[in-house]
Amino acid sequence: MSGDDVRGALSLLLIAAGMLFFLAGSVGVLRLPDLLSRLHALTKADNLGLGLVVLGLMLQADDAFEVLRLLLVWLLVLFASSVACYLVARSALRAHGDAPTAAPEGPDEDTRDGR
Amino acid sequence: MAAEVQVFDAVLVVLLLWLGWRALASADLFKAVVQFIVFGLLLSLAWVRLGAPDVALAEAAIGAGLAGALLLDTLARLGRSGAADEARPLGLTPARTGIALAALGLAALLVASALALPERWPGLAEPALQQLRASGVSNPVTATLLNYRAWDTLLEVGVLMLAVLGVWILEAEPALPRPAPDPMLGLLLRVLLPLTVIVAGYLLWVGAHAPGGAFQGAALLAAGGVLWHLARPLSLGPSPVVRAVVVLGFAVFLAVGVATAVLGGGLLTFPPEHAGAIILVIEAAAMLSIALIMVALFVGRERAPSDAGIPDSAADASAVPGAPNPGAAP
Amino acid sequence: MPEWMTPALWIAAAAVLGTIALGLVRVERGPSNGDRMLAAQLLGTGAVAVLLLLARATDAPALLDVALVLALLACVAGAVFVRRIGVQPPERDEGRGPTRATEDGS
Repeated sequence: MSGDDVRGALSLLLIAAGMLFFLAGSVGVLRLPDLLSRLHALTKADNLGLGLVVLGLMLQADDAFEVLRLLLVWLLVLFASSVACYLVARSALRAHGDAPTAAPEGPDEDTRDGR
Repeated sequence: MAAEVQVFDAVLVVLLLWLGWRALASADLFKAVVQFIVFGLLLSLAWVRLGAPDVALAEAAIGAGLAGALLLDTLARLGRSGAADEARPLGLTPARTGIALAALGLAALLVASALALPERWPGLAEPALQQLRASGVSNPVTATLLNYRAWDTLLEVGVLMLAVLGVWILEAEPALPRPAPDPMLGLLLRVLLPLTVIVAGYLLWVGAHAPGGAFQGAALLAAGGVLWHLARPLSLGPSPVVRAVVVLGFAVFLAVGVATAVLGGGLLTFPPEHAGAIILVIEAAAMLSIALIMVALFVGRERAPSDAGIPDSAADASAVPGAPNPGAAP
Repeated sequence: MPEWMTPALWIAAAAVLGTIALGLVRVERGPSNGDRMLAAQLLGTGAVAVLLLLARATDAPALLDVALVLALLACVAGAVFVRRIGVQPPERDEGRGPTRATEDGS
């Protein structure tokens, strides 16, 4: 068994683990009862899944530039989806302030017609 | 082709057809827009599978990014005027029957002409690749767009320019109620705007020898501009500076065309030894113009925000990105 | 890399495409527009993963640039959504556009 085989197997293992997280994220988005729990499932599982895929692919990269680009893509998705999910979650909290997991909001909350 | 590749393609095709159908048929406009955004995502995967990474890049930037932003913004404005409140009735009216028949006729024509193509036509790929050395770039797509058929591309840049003139001619929209500056959007802007500028420059440069180019770079820049407008509203009316940038790409392109017609081998026939530099200049100017045009299309033309009756002195005070944000959360 | 790698990468890409299909069910069902938007976000991450896998499987590094563009633009639609439309409770959501922006930066 050559070093290439070991590296390939390790890479594939990481990618397969990433698939599991993608699956978990999708099942969570389908099965969880409300928007906020679905957001929770989505951001964590999916970004971890993508991170594992990126890690696996890095083991196969041809050069340092490819490693850097892979890393940049992952960091960007991490940043973008956490900010986007935060924005959607806050918007949801404001829209239905009576959501099960809603934390008390600022004093201007009752001026909104959503309540 | 290996079985696993066929499985992938089959799943992709089924998802695309289903999404296309749902985006057209769903009565909920918001759902239709989201489905259209996802359709754009998967369409760029389809272009990848068809071996057209240049188109995939453009589709990813425009289909999944900008078109979605434009549609969501349109939906917001429709909602304000109450026009979206009447759910789309789905029955067949005479007008729709006519449109459907015309579309079917066009589809039949396209199918017939596709079937009428000779089975073994060599296509234009061979001559295009043979001339590549003289085109100034080594990416055949860029060579085609900016050298072999530069005339078409010139007109495309012109069409985009006319589109924004059309928007400016329309009566100004009442401004949407302007939300206060949002610290999270400010953060998004501070991180993503520099990156969109860098990656747009990278795509422009790399377009000479790999997938990329002015349109893709412009779409990215424009997405950065849209984020800017969301975080700190811009006013992009037809001011002199904005007009100058909007016509810049078309003007440079046309000037090159006139110069080559007068001095050289004919309209837009580039001398091979300078073709690479000429293409880069045209693309750089076109990228700036197209990006600004797309942002201007998104911003539209709004009446003065004070009409909306919302005091927004805070928004104006922090109109410079990167300035300390008074509303920043602890 | 060993020769079984390429088919394995294709299978992984098809699997991610499958999870995208699951996310589409959430887009279809809603119930609120926030659910639909977040599902679209999930699909964007999935599409990035597919592109990265295909870049390696077909040895086409240009696809990394496509993935980079998708990653950069992943949050533009979401940002327009919260800024212009905002999450609305599902019972008011059917077939309706927004009435106003919901953000007020309290």
